[in-house]
Amino acid sequence: MNTTGDTPDAGAARATTPGDGGAGADTGAPARDRRGEWPLYEVFLRGRRGLNHVHVGSLRAADDTMALRHARDLYTRRNEGVSIWVVRSDAIAASSPDERDPFFAPSADKVYRHPTFYAIPDDVPHL
Amino acid sequence: MAVDNAYEALTEDSRDLGDRWAYGTGFQDPLSGVDATLPTGADLPAAARHVLGLGDDALVMAHRLSEWCTHAPELEEEVALANIALDLLGQARLLLARAAQLDPGLRPAGVAGHVPDEDALAFFRSAEEYRNVRLVEVPHGDFGHLVARLLVFSTWRLGVVDRLTGSRDPVVAAVAAKAVPEIAYHRDHAAGWTLRLGDGTDESHRRMARGLAEVWPLVGELFTTADAERPAIADGVGVDPATTRAEFEDVLRRVRGQATLGPPGADLRRDGDAPATAWGRTGRHTAALRDLLAEMQSVARAHPEGRW
Repeated sequence: MNTTGDTPDAGAARATTPGDGGAGADTGAPARDRRGEWPLYEVFLRGRRGLNHVHVGSLRAADDTMALRHARDLYTRRNEGVSIWVVRSDAIAASSPDERDPFFAPSADKVYRHPTFYAIPDDVPHL
Repeated sequence: MAVDNAYEALTEDSRDLGDRWAYGTGFQDPLSGVDATLPTGADLPAAARHVLGLGDDALVMAHRLSEWCTHAPELEEEVALANIALDLLGQARLLLARAAQLDPGLRPAGVAGHVPDEDALAFFRSAEEYRNVRLVEVPHGDFGHLVARLLVFSTWRLGVVDRLTGSRDPVVAAVAAKAVPEIAYHRDHAAGWTLRLGDGTDESHRRMARGLAEVWPLVGELFTTADAERPAIADGVGVDPATTRAEFEDVLRRVRGQATLGPPGADLRRDGDAPATAWGRTGRHTAALRDLLAEMQSVARAHPEGRW
C-alpha cells in the first residue's frame, strides 16, 4: 500500500487532490521489509462477552504502538472489543501442515480425555 | 422484525436478538434518556447559531477527511481517517438537528417536508449560510497538511467540546459528552503522526513543519465568536472559544517540542497570532467551500424529493 518517495516539485502548488504527495507518510520508519512494507501483525481481540482473546485478522504497522492503534481502528469499529493484543507475525511459531498427522491424529481416538463422563453442575459457567 | 429505532435492534437489552451477533454489539443511542426540552430563559436563536457553527465545523471537516478515502498512504491509515470522519459526521448530525430545534427558522425554506432537519441544513444551504471556521474548508495539501489540520482542529475542538459538557442545554451537553472521547482519540492520532513525521526523516520533518505553517494563519479565527452567537455564551448554553486558547497553545507547544519542530511559532506566520475576525462564523468563506458543497450536495439537490 505504501507509496514510496516520489516527491512532487517542492514549489508545486498545494494539490487539491488528497494523496498527491501523500508520500509524506513515508517516514523511513523502522523495520520495513524488503518490499518497503511495514511488518505484518496479528490481531487478537477479547470481545465484550468473550473470556479470552480471539484471533481476528492481521494488519501492517511500523511498530507496536501503531499496530495497536490500527487494530483499534480496523477491528473494533463495531464495538467488538474490550481488549486488544497485537504481535508481529514473524514472532509466531506455527505448526506446519506437513506435520498435521503426527501432531493431531493421535488425539482423535482418546475419548477419555474429554470430561464427558462427569455430570456438569448447572451453576458452574464456562466449562 | 420491525424496529423504528436502529439502536433498539442492536442493543444488548434486546435479549431475544442478543445471540445473533458473535460479539455483543452494545450500541447506544447517545441521546437516549436525555431531556430534549429547550433551555428556558435562553436566547434560542443565538444558541442555535452557536450550535450550528460547531455542527458545520464537524460536517465540513468530515467531508474533507472522507476525501482521503482511496488516497491515504496506507490502507490502515485510510480506515483510521474514515473512522474519524464518521465520528465527526455523527456529531454534525446531532448538532445540526439540535440547532434546528432551537431555532426552526434555520431550516432552509422550500425543502421537502420529509427531509430531516439535519439533512435540510447540510444539503440545502449555500456556502454563505454555512458557519464553519475556514480551517476545515481549505483544500488539501499533502499528508503533513492533513496531520497538521487534524492536530489543530481536534486540539481546539476538544477544549471547546469538553467545556460544552456543562451546557445548560441538556441535548448539547449529551452530544458533547459523547464527542469528548472521540475527539480525544482524533487528537491523539494526529499528535502521534506529528511526532513520527516531525521526528522522522528530513523530508517528513520538512513536510510536517510546512503543514503546520500552512494551517497556522487560520488558527486565530478559531478563538473568535460572531456577535449573533454571543448571547448563547452569556446564557451558559455555549462556550467562548477564547477561554480555551491557553490550553490549546500549551498542547501544541508540547507536541511541537517533542516532534523536534522547534519552539512554538518559530516558523509560523504572525497572522495566526493576531486578533482575528470571525470569518466563517459570520458566513465569510474561501471559494473552496463552494466547491466542496457543490460536490457534497449534488446528489441531494439533484433529487430533492429523494428518500434515503
